[in-house]
Amino acid sequence: MTDLQTFRAEAREWLLANAPASMFEPVTSDMELCWGGAKTQYPDGVRHWLAVMAERGWTAPSWPREYGGGGLGKEEAKVLAQEMRALRLRPPLIGFGLTMIGPLLLQEGSEEQKRTHLPRIVRGEVWWCQGYSEPGAGSDLASLQTRAVPDGDSFVVDGQKVWTSFADRADWMFLLARTAPDAPKHAGISFLLLDMSSPGVRVKPIRLISGYSPFCETFLNDVRVPRANLVGKPNDGWRIAKALLGFERTMIADAFKEDRAKGDPLVDPARDHLGSAGGKIADASIRERITQTKFDERCLDLTIARIRETQKAGQNPGPESSILKFYGTELNKRRNELLMSILGPQALGWEGEGFDPTELRLTREWLRSRANSIEGGTTEIQLNIIAKRVLGLPD
Amino acid sequence: MALVLNEDQQLLQRTAHDFARTRSSLKRIRALRDGGDALGFSRDLWRDMAALGWAGIPIPEAYGGAGLGQVELAVVMEELGRGLVPEPMLSTVCLGANAIVHGGTEEQKREILPAVASGDTLLAVGWAEAKSRFDPHRVAVRARRARDRWRLEGEKRLVLDGHVADRLIVSARTAGAESDREGITLFLVDPRAPGVSVTRQSLLDGRGAAIVRLEDASVDDRSVLGEAGRGGHLLERVIDCAAAALAAEMLGSMSAVFEMTLEYLKTRKQFGVPIGSFQALKHRAAVVYTEIQLTRSAVLGASGALDAGAEDAADLVAIAKARASDAFLLAANEAVQMHGGIGMTDEHDVGFFLKRARAAEMTFGDAAWHRARFADRHGY
Repeated sequence: MTDLQTFRAEAREWLLANAPASMFEPVTSDMELCWGGAKTQYPDGVRHWLAVMAERGWTAPSWPREYGGGGLGKEEAKVLAQEMRALRLRPPLIGFGLTMIGPLLLQEGSEEQKRTHLPRIVRGEVWWCQGYSEPGAGSDLASLQTRAVPDGDSFVVDGQKVWTSFADRADWMFLLARTAPDAPKHAGISFLLLDMSSPGVRVKPIRLISGYSPFCETFLNDVRVPRANLVGKPNDGWRIAKALLGFERTMIADAFKEDRAKGDPLVDPARDHLGSAGGKIADASIRERITQTKFDERCLDLTIARIRETQKAGQNPGPESSILKFYGTELNKRRNELLMSILGPQALGWEGEGFDPTELRLTREWLRSRANSIEGGTTEIQLNIIAKRVLGLPD
Repeated sequence: MALVLNEDQQLLQRTAHDFARTRSSLKRIRALRDGGDALGFSRDLWRDMAALGWAGIPIPEAYGGAGLGQVELAVVMEELGRGLVPEPMLSTVCLGANAIVHGGTEEQKREILPAVASGDTLLAVGWAEAKSRFDPHRVAVRARRARDRWRLEGEKRLVLDGHVADRLIVSARTAGAESDREGITLFLVDPRAPGVSVTRQSLLDGRGAAIVRLEDASVDDRSVLGEAGRGGHLLERVIDCAAAALAAEMLGSMSAVFEMTLEYLKTRKQFGVPIGSFQALKHRAAVVYTEIQLTRSAVLGASGALDAGAEDAADLVAIAKARASDAFLLAANEAVQMHGGIGMTDEHDVGFFLKRARAAEMTFGDAAWHRARFADRHGY
């Protein structure tokens, strides 16, 4: 057996021996998974799974061992992920710590920041949130007004963040603040790490048109942030933010893929709600829209696959990837529109009797899907990026 | 499935790109149209293309071909599409040669394929009729058994390059009702034989096509292509191959007309600035670009699936042809609009692309046809 085969066999054996039975059960949403943090109570099975996986560093398998990670090579990490998938095991931990701020600190953080934050992310002790958007800075993120003024060995931070996912449950926030008010807007921003329990931090949840949401407003009043929590150089925050924003975009495009894997979620409800005639969905226009959606989804999947293959072949990844966020989110919105057309009057339910749980969920999802083309860079911003960077159209 | 080109395919792409650019031009296309050329293309240029091996791409090496696949065909078709090159790849190679490769007897292959690969023989496949619309199974032309021969009666339309073909392949009903999939037989027909008359049709994009009238035209058993009565299946397979190749050609054409448009957006000034600086036009250009990228993925997906004999190859062809049809029309319509008044003049080349977009859309089924067929196939 090669080393990799040995690793695969041992990993599988260990996973089977250590995973609690409940961790093999499927989840219907991210919220049933473990996000870590000090403020949330998790069931025993979840806590145990987190503890044993973190002990081996397998919550962050490819991070270096010195920071609590698993120290696995690229191939080993891939094998571990494959085995977890094959066993249908839940991930022991998810969240921005693992996917965003952790990788960023590995690349840009000081030694002290790595030693302080990475092991705590690995152990799931800290839930991280992202403080980017502000009431006056959405698409034009670089115009953000939250200020961080140096004062002794701290910055004093004042301002307001909005659309902070899970700010009410997070322990720490990574945020952008203006440190050079007179510099050009992109050149005066710094990237800071903020303890959410600091005096002067206040959080208010936001309710959306679809009901409950993880989004919050975060108010920062004279909050002291130690200088040691500055990531990178002062006023270099925009470069760091761009790297992370790009990452968020690919995550959003990816998120819509999983949903589609299950069965045929368009034809079945169409048969239920509209009936069939001679085997065909009775409404010809709905039948046509369903097929159009299937064709569009297949084209998007093929495009994602093509871009991955291009990268693997070592060819220039090319600017094609900039279309994914735009097209993927618009397609998901159309798909949700189509589902509402299929449900007809059964799309009217908000809660309670007369509607089944799927109908209620689809209506909420339709409302929520409106945000797809806003969050993570609006469709209009994506089109601007394609026009400028890919097509070279003038300003 | 490979969605990126390997080194050999990239080399082929460069060769085809240079050939299409240096040996053909939109000026030549215009001259062919304005001169009322009887062929509508150049036989010499076609022989040069054959010498490069393109006429023999899907033909096995044993019959003088290159023995390559649908991906290689797509690579060449895309580059030819960029220049709207009218030489008979689609009719002779994608339809005709493929029909013989997939359905022909050993004798038929030996007799016809080497001459096709060398560029000497041109083929045309007549399957469309006045009432068939996009359905190759709707066949009213009849073939009657009379002693040991077949007698053909009826009319084929829109036979691509039928006006110049040395050999015709026509579908005829030998059994069943007009729309049955079974009971169709393909026949090799000599266009000069008694009872066969060929009339050129004048199409909006200047490409050649013909009406083939069969009036008691007589052929023998050796002219049957494939199994008698099973021609509907063979035709379906051949048209899938040709539709994937046409989608690749359309990809090249839409890319070219989009590049012309981009150039215009960067150079045409109004209100003292390039019109490409206006966000209303930028966003529309970005949408066209996105559609072209999606088309490229679909074309590569369909071509690779055909080569691999994948189970869902027919689905992927439908997706590719539907997308190419919609995207090419979008790119061409946007090109005319963004060029403004000049885009409406015959003097400007953009109109050639708009006309080709419409003609290509209507060849082998438009987007709505492919969507309906997909739904039928999947039982909803």
